[in-house]
Amino acid sequence: MARKAVITGIGVVAPGGPDRESFWDLLVAGRTATRGITLFDPAGHRSRIAAEVDFDPLAAGLTTRQVRRMDRAAQFAVVSTREAVADSGLELSTLDPSRIAVSVGSAIGCTSGLEEEFEVLSDDGRQWLLDHTYGVPHLYGYMVPSTLAVEVARDVAAEGPVVLVSTGCTSGLDAIGHAARLIEEGTADVAVTGATDAPVSPIALACFDAIKATSPNNDDPGHASRPFDARRDGFVLGEGSAVLVLEEAGAARRRGARIYAEVGGFAGRSNAFHMTGLRPDGREMAEAIDAALAMARRDGTGIDYINAHGSGTKQNDRHETAAFKRSLGAHAYRVPVSSIKSMIGHSLGAIGSIEVAACALALQRQVVPPTANLAEPDPECDLDYVPVTARVHRMSGVLCVGSGFGGFQSAMVLTRV
Amino acid sequence: MSAVHAAPRAVVAGVGVVAPTGVTADEHWQAVLAGKSGIDRISRFDPSGYPVRLAGEVSGYPIEERVPARLIAQTDRYTQLGLAAAADALADAGVDPARVPEYRMAVVTASSSGGCEFGQREMQSLHAKDPSWVGVYQSIAWFYAATTGQVSIRHGMRGPSGVLCAEQAGGLDALGQARRLIRDGLGLVVTGGTDASLSPYGFVAQLATGRLSTVEDPRRAYLPFDEQASGHLPGEGGAILVLRPEQDCPDHLGVVLGYAAGFDPPPGSDRPPAVRRTIELALRDAGVTPAEVDVVFADAAGIPAEDLAEARAIGEVFGPGAVPVTAPKTLTGRLYGGAAPLDVVTALLALREGTIPHTVGPTRLAHGCDIDLVLGQPRHRPMDTALVLARGYGGFTAALVVGRGTRGA
Repeated sequence: MARKAVITGIGVVAPGGPDRESFWDLLVAGRTATRGITLFDPAGHRSRIAAEVDFDPLAAGLTTRQVRRMDRAAQFAVVSTREAVADSGLELSTLDPSRIAVSVGSAIGCTSGLEEEFEVLSDDGRQWLLDHTYGVPHLYGYMVPSTLAVEVARDVAAEGPVVLVSTGCTSGLDAIGHAARLIEEGTADVAVTGATDAPVSPIALACFDAIKATSPNNDDPGHASRPFDARRDGFVLGEGSAVLVLEEAGAARRRGARIYAEVGGFAGRSNAFHMTGLRPDGREMAEAIDAALAMARRDGTGIDYINAHGSGTKQNDRHETAAFKRSLGAHAYRVPVSSIKSMIGHSLGAIGSIEVAACALALQRQVVPPTANLAEPDPECDLDYVPVTARVHRMSGVLCVGSGFGGFQSAMVLTRV
Repeated sequence: MSAVHAAPRAVVAGVGVVAPTGVTADEHWQAVLAGKSGIDRISRFDPSGYPVRLAGEVSGYPIEERVPARLIAQTDRYTQLGLAAAADALADAGVDPARVPEYRMAVVTASSSGGCEFGQREMQSLHAKDPSWVGVYQSIAWFYAATTGQVSIRHGMRGPSGVLCAEQAGGLDALGQARRLIRDGLGLVVTGGTDASLSPYGFVAQLATGRLSTVEDPRRAYLPFDEQASGHLPGEGGAILVLRPEQDCPDHLGVVLGYAAGFDPPPGSDRPPAVRRTIELALRDAGVTPAEVDVVFADAAGIPAEDLAEARAIGEVFGPGAVPVTAPKTLTGRLYGGAAPLDVVTALLALREGTIPHTVGPTRLAHGCDIDLVLGQPRHRPMDTALVLARGYGGFTAALVVGRGTRGA
């Protein structure tokens, strides 16, 4: 019998609620957490809205030194790690640490820390030759995104393979897929895995402004993230982290663990087309979906819910709608599809992990989260996008997809056990 | 995985090198044999105000002749070096990617610091002026996935690509992942890594660790395992390798036999570092005994405590002084995501030539570093198997075992 990975613990730090249950409550209520940016003064930016996490790192259990050392993305990751481990009921200290792996995803690493320090080092942008005497001791920890994996690994005392996966906006899905692989091949028995990003910072906002990828709907931020809606005008930046505890299925069953879902299959493909552009036919995403389904030994009819990438850009929404039809055929019209980015924005690499967390919770609770703000469907997007209201629905297989800059297309199938 | 057919072995079909020691594999190898250092005073920015002024730069290399102007505009130097090395590696492999099924090719690279020079420039525009000065390519040049994305597009590779970051250890993790993909049935994986952190921000961030050597004599600054070890120097560049299944590539530069990764216990723990266990796991994965390993390419941080830990682990696995150890990276500085892939290339050339390159710099081993560090001149002997070690800031540890190829000298 092939080894499989199951999800036994979930921790979430997301906009609208700093823990797993408040995150789920927000999704089920169809509430949006997008708002005018408060983390800095966004004057002068084209898009001045985001889905921010109301986060107090000290209240969340970090020490003053950890708060000083860790940038915001690392803080999110460690806090969600602790919630996931507690949720799993696993006593990590009783395990062989060399059999515990860590795989953390992040698209832009410690950018918020890097940018804050840059302002000081460069004298607010005046100097190219930065003044090193203003460098904080942990500055290098911001330069290398691997710090995010280091912080998680140290927090759980993991000594197995530890890595940071950085494939743009599919980082979260890819990191979890990588962790599942380590369990399947026998390299690890337990994996602490997820993703984190904290991109609500001037440079991240500006780089998406420059390519007009983000919504300029500054006057109505609560309704700005509108995946699949005819009036959508770009994505809304988000932030946060989700971390899962994965265990080898047999071991999890033997200890009587509560199992949310099994990672049935995972696959990634590249479109080899354009760093930001997508072809309308959705071919590479469909290839990833097909491969993930094959790994899970299911055909398209074994999928009862699709958690879409649903970023709220026209090209994405049409691209993935085409991919779902390509892979699932007529069944695509019967399966509910939704985008939680309508509520919590697009947190780049982190979002894939948050969406996998949402899928695992949806599977366990048999409720499909809705697509908020979907009032006037784009006629070219003609699937059932679960507008506005969550839906009780019988599910045994769930598909979660992601699409990212660099051409990455990823798909994961979770199954109920 | 089929029960009938064993997973294919992953072989190195071609390599591309962009390093301070040379911009072809041959140039690099000749420099390594001659002990010719690529370390010099930093020229990419004025280092006179900093306590460290030395680094290994890829110099005299007109990148605009190697990478189309359109791609130069939208990429950081780290990706430009990666694009050039990937094209060279594919040429060396003699493969036309257009003739390999597109979903059976993938790109897996390591990156440690992303597009930091590009990012610094854009952050400067933003903070000195206003958000409208940030250019359209910032979102795709700065992030860590830029090289994998650009290489996959340039060569039409649509399989399961990836990007792994584990500071200096990440290059071996990328090779380990590429090997997994070949075993899964892919026909070609472009892997390895390049980094280019020699911009003021990348450099100042490295200064903050206190791990860079402030010794001003370029011959005495980076002395791993030496009693005068004082840290290391940074460098830029790396290497890209093309892996293929053995049956598709009988004429190859070497075989990836084994791989393992581990992580050090948290600071303050009384548990040992991961390096010994990781070596043992990699050897087991390779089906190789310690006695069968002919040479070890060490991580060689030049930080006394880390050198000692690495030397002890090598001694515990192989016996004290029982295996030749070398660290040609003293000629390039530490290349982060590019370091281990370059070491793998050097190791494959060493196996092919039956020559262990010497480590330039150290003269007297530190107390407790009881290893047979190859010093003074290259050592000639027939060899089959090499072990490459890499350790990344924070506790990352990886080991890769490679075997001699079929391609003649």
